[in-house]
Order: sequence, then C-alpha cells, then structure tokens
Amino acid sequence: MHDTHTPLIFEHSRPGRVNNTHTQRNTASVNTIPDTLLRKTPPRLPEVSEMDAVRHYTRLSQKNFSIDTHFYPLGSCTMKHNPRACNTLAMLPGFLGRHPLSPEQHGQGYLSCMWDLQEILKDVTGMTAVSLTPMAGAQGEFAGVAMIRAYHDANNDTTRSEILVPDAAHGTNPATATMCGYATKEIPTDANGDVDVDALKAVVGPQTAGIMLTNPSTLGVFDRRIKEIAEIVHDAGGLLYYDGANLNAILGKVKPGDMGFDVIHMNLHKTFSTPHGGGGPGAGPVGVSERLKPFMPIPVVGKNDDGYYWLTEKDLPQTIGRLSTFMGNAGVLLRAYIYALLLGREGMTRVADYATLNANYLMAKLNQAGFDMALPERRATHEFILTLKRQAKEQGVTAMDFAKRLLDYGFHAPTTYFPLIVPECLLIEPTESESKETLDAFVEAMVAIQKEAESDAETLKGAPYTMPMRRLDDVKAARELDLRYKTDNNQ
Amino acid sequence: MSNVPNELKYTKSHEWVRTQTDGSVTVGITDHAQELLGDMVFIELPETEANYTAGDECAVVESVKAASDVYSPITGEVIAINEELADTPEIVNQDAFDTGWLFKMQPEDPGEIDELMDAEAYAELIAEEEH
Repeated sequence: MHDTHTPLIFEHSRPGRVNNTHTQRNTASVNTIPDTLLRKTPPRLPEVSEMDAVRHYTRLSQKNFSIDTHFYPLGSCTMKHNPRACNTLAMLPGFLGRHPLSPEQHGQGYLSCMWDLQEILKDVTGMTAVSLTPMAGAQGEFAGVAMIRAYHDANNDTTRSEILVPDAAHGTNPATATMCGYATKEIPTDANGDVDVDALKAVVGPQTAGIMLTNPSTLGVFDRRIKEIAEIVHDAGGLLYYDGANLNAILGKVKPGDMGFDVIHMNLHKTFSTPHGGGGPGAGPVGVSERLKPFMPIPVVGKNDDGYYWLTEKDLPQTIGRLSTFMGNAGVLLRAYIYALLLGREGMTRVADYATLNANYLMAKLNQAGFDMALPERRATHEFILTLKRQAKEQGVTAMDFAKRLLDYGFHAPTTYFPLIVPECLLIEPTESESKETLDAFVEAMVAIQKEAESDAETLKGAPYTMPMRRLDDVKAARELDLRYKTDNNQ
Repeated sequence: MSNVPNELKYTKSHEWVRTQTDGSVTVGITDHAQELLGDMVFIELPETEANYTAGDECAVVESVKAASDVYSPITGEVIAINEELADTPEIVNQDAFDTGWLFKMQPEDPGEIDELMDAEAYAELIAEEEH
C-alpha cells in the first residue's frame, strides 16, 4: 500500500511488445479502408503484455479507498451499500442486448419496468408525473428550471427574471438558474438553520420565477417552515423547485408534492442503488405537479391497450424537448427499479428510519465526546454538520487536518468545507447501511485525533501518513493544473 | 482576531474601500475574508470601464475551499484592476489591505462611501460571526 509512485501504463510500454507474445500470429488482413483515409503514424498507445496490463490495473484497483473497503461518511454524497442483486438483474441479457431504438413491441419488458418506475417515483415524491430521461442530477435540475421557464412563457408571463436560492444550496442550483437565463438571488439562513422567511418575503415579487430548495437542506435539517415558504412563493406567482439529490431521510415519510413543490429532480445514483462517486453514469428523473406536466422532457413512457410506448412531441407538444439522443441511462434506471422492488413500501420507510437514526446516533456520540455541532438544538436528518471552529482557534488545526488524519485511521473523510456558511465544517452522512460498531469506531477515531490535536498538532498537519500519496499541495494543483502524460517526443 | 485598519470603510460582504486623494476608491477583500477563504488560486477581476451598482457581483475570488463573489461596494465605474493578481493571486492572502487590492473605481456619488461601515462596526460584525 505504501509505494509512492505507481508508473503510468505508458511507462510500462516497450516498442513492439504485444499481449499475444506466444500465441499464433494471425497475419491475415482484411483492410478495405482506402489508403487516403488511413493515418500515417500509429496512435501513441501503450505497448504492453497482457500480464503487464493486468498487474497495472489490479494494482491501481487495490489503491481504491471505497465503500467496499471502508466507512465512507461523505455528506451530501450518500455513499451507501448498493445491493449486488440490483446490478445483477439490471445486467440480464435481455436488458443488455436491447438497442434503445429497437421497436417498442420488442422492448415491452423494459418499457414495463420503466412505466412501473415512473409510478413508484410518483408515489414516493407525491408528484403528478415523472420523466426518467435526464441523464444526471445536473441535467434533471436543468430540465426542472427549463420547465419553470416554459410554464411562465406559456402564460405570457415573461417578465420574471429571478430564481431564489438559499445560501446553503448545492452549487449546482445557481448554476442551473444561470443556464436557464435567470439571475440568482441568494436567501440567507437563520440561526436555526431554516430559510430566513423575513428575508424571503423581502425579495420575493413579480420578478420571481421560482425558488430552488433542498429539504432537508445541506445543513442536514428539515426546514420546518416549508409550508409558509411555499405559500409566499406561490402567492407571488413563482414556482417551487425541489433539489431531491438525496431522498434517504424522507423515503416513505414525507413527500415533496405534499410540501407544495411543483417540480423535483431525484438522483437515483444516490438513494436508489447505483454506485456513486465514480463519475457516472447517473440518472436524474424529474417529477412534476399538474401544471408542469405539459412541459416534461421527452420521451416519457406511456401505456395504452396495446401496451407500453414512448410519448413524444406529438403527445406533449409543449415539451421542453429532448435532453439526449436516447431515453435516459437504462442501466441506472433498471437498478433503481429493482432496488425499489426489493425494498417495497416497508423497506423504503426503514431506509429513512435508519439513515436518520444512524446520523442522530453518530451526532449524539460525537457531541458527548466533546465535539461541537453546527446546529446542536436541531435533530439531524440523514446527515449533520460538525464544526471544528474551536479547534482551529485553540489548537490551530483545521477541518482539512482532521479529514486527512481520518484516512490514517481507516475512514474516508466526511465532506469538508461544505456548506460554505459553516466555518471549519465536516458534513457527515453515515447512511442506513452502517452498523453501530462502525459508527462507534468512527467516534473513537475522532476522539483519538482530537487528543493528537491537543498534544501534537504537527502530526495532524502532516497527515495522511499511510496512504499511497501524502498530502497534496492543493494550491499548486489548482494553479498549475497538469493532467497530461508527456512522452519524450511530445513536450 | 483579524486585522481591521482604521482608515478604511467596509461592507457586510467583507470588501474594504480606501478613498484616494483624487476621489477615486480602491477596493479589496478584508483580511478576515481571505483568512476564511484560505489559499487563493484564481481571481477574476472586472473589466475597466465597466459600470456597477452598489451590491452587484463584479469579481470572483477562488480559493482551495470555494469560489466567492465579490460585490461592488459602491455605484461607479471601474478605472483600474490589479494586474498582478493574474499570476500571483496569493498576494491577497499575504497583504489583503495593500498590495492585494482588487480594483479601483470612480464613485458616482462620493457620499455613498460614508454610508459604509467604519472599522469599529466591521470589527463588531466579524466578532459576532466568530461566535
């Protein structure tokens, strides 16, 4: 585990080395591409044996610090257990071999699963209709706000120019508003972690197109005045967007539709059993209230007496359109469907129970162990925020020092420095998958690190010590970004 | 406790303003702000001759932790920017109130500057935030 430098696959390369050194050489050539279209120099690919390639990638995989090997309480990211059964069933040959453009009557099985998934997600969120087509959370957000714009435009209400976003919001929210041509107005959070309703009242008006909210918020608490917020925004003619990146805490407990939201996106790759954090693919379906239904992105799965079919522009003439060439990320949607069936109504409620119980247990234990919580008076949802502001002042150690040292203790670090409004914070999400023993071990590690902070702060500042790489120079990495391998003749 | 020079004016969003003898103003972010943000990696400055209303977003400071908007403390025109910051954004960390300035403005109404917070009020604000 402790080699500091693993060569790149290119560094294993030797001219002429191939993977079939000892097998028969097949010299037959069926090259019918005209010479004018062939490249003159071969591509610069690594030339390695099969053994080299296998060892190289196996070695890399062993460096993974992952949910399969370690507790991974990365807040707002939901690193939970994804049952293998979901993946196995989503990989059935009938699903894998189906071309997305094959005739509907050849894909009735797949379409029926997608229809059911739409129905399940409607039920879970309390929305009127669901479109599964957005390929990721950010695209779901884009679809949501694009629908809000389409709705106002359809009503000839074209002077609305602002989207309200709380200061605790995911960074994607203001980005989405901007992408859809809106200016963003930030709403402050009050001392209890709720949206500051007086500040909201002060900025809401005829220019308000809508508000984007996460509830539970990124502060890990449920906004108790959501009904009032919905009323204020609706009374001004604006719509409510629910950033449903993470539904772990509310599954089977409370529905965004009941809170008054008009549109929601869900990250199925967080709550619904697709491994998350590897860079995709994801799935970000959108759910809508009655008034946004005509604007849904297509295609949507429909059902009539002949079976299942794709709804297109013909069925939804006011649609915001297609978001990609095909119909969404089939594999991710299938895993979500299978996960939902495995859990059932009862299991979903249990996910929320345990996600919340684990977060509150961990928060209480850390509090007892002497750590400060950002919102000590509030009950946590699926995650909570610990602040190391006091340690920063007293011992000169930062949230980043704790985070790096946790790696040496065998825990992935929680999310650091997010949300931005809490200084020196760790956003901790244990998820429903973890046992009490794991949570207790995490508390012990935090206590041990706190002792180090008091007796030997320098140790913390140098962490991690046991990882393949020591602490990186973030500043240098950001200022002199260098991601490309350079060969001798390619400077 | 961060440094809060007496002769400057301040905003709630942690910008500082220094009035020059010719009536123009120099704007930067406070020592407290740079301390919270951490090591700067990139600073996006406004264009000269751009006009802003007080409270407009006009620059972005990006650190290893976050990217934050900088708001125009007054209404007026940008007359100069600190070109040094393109290659050495770390000056903001090293010397927020002097060589780490961001841009200069010609105020539309010099009276607006008087309405900003003085050092005492700003020191109180950050003391409150630290609670």
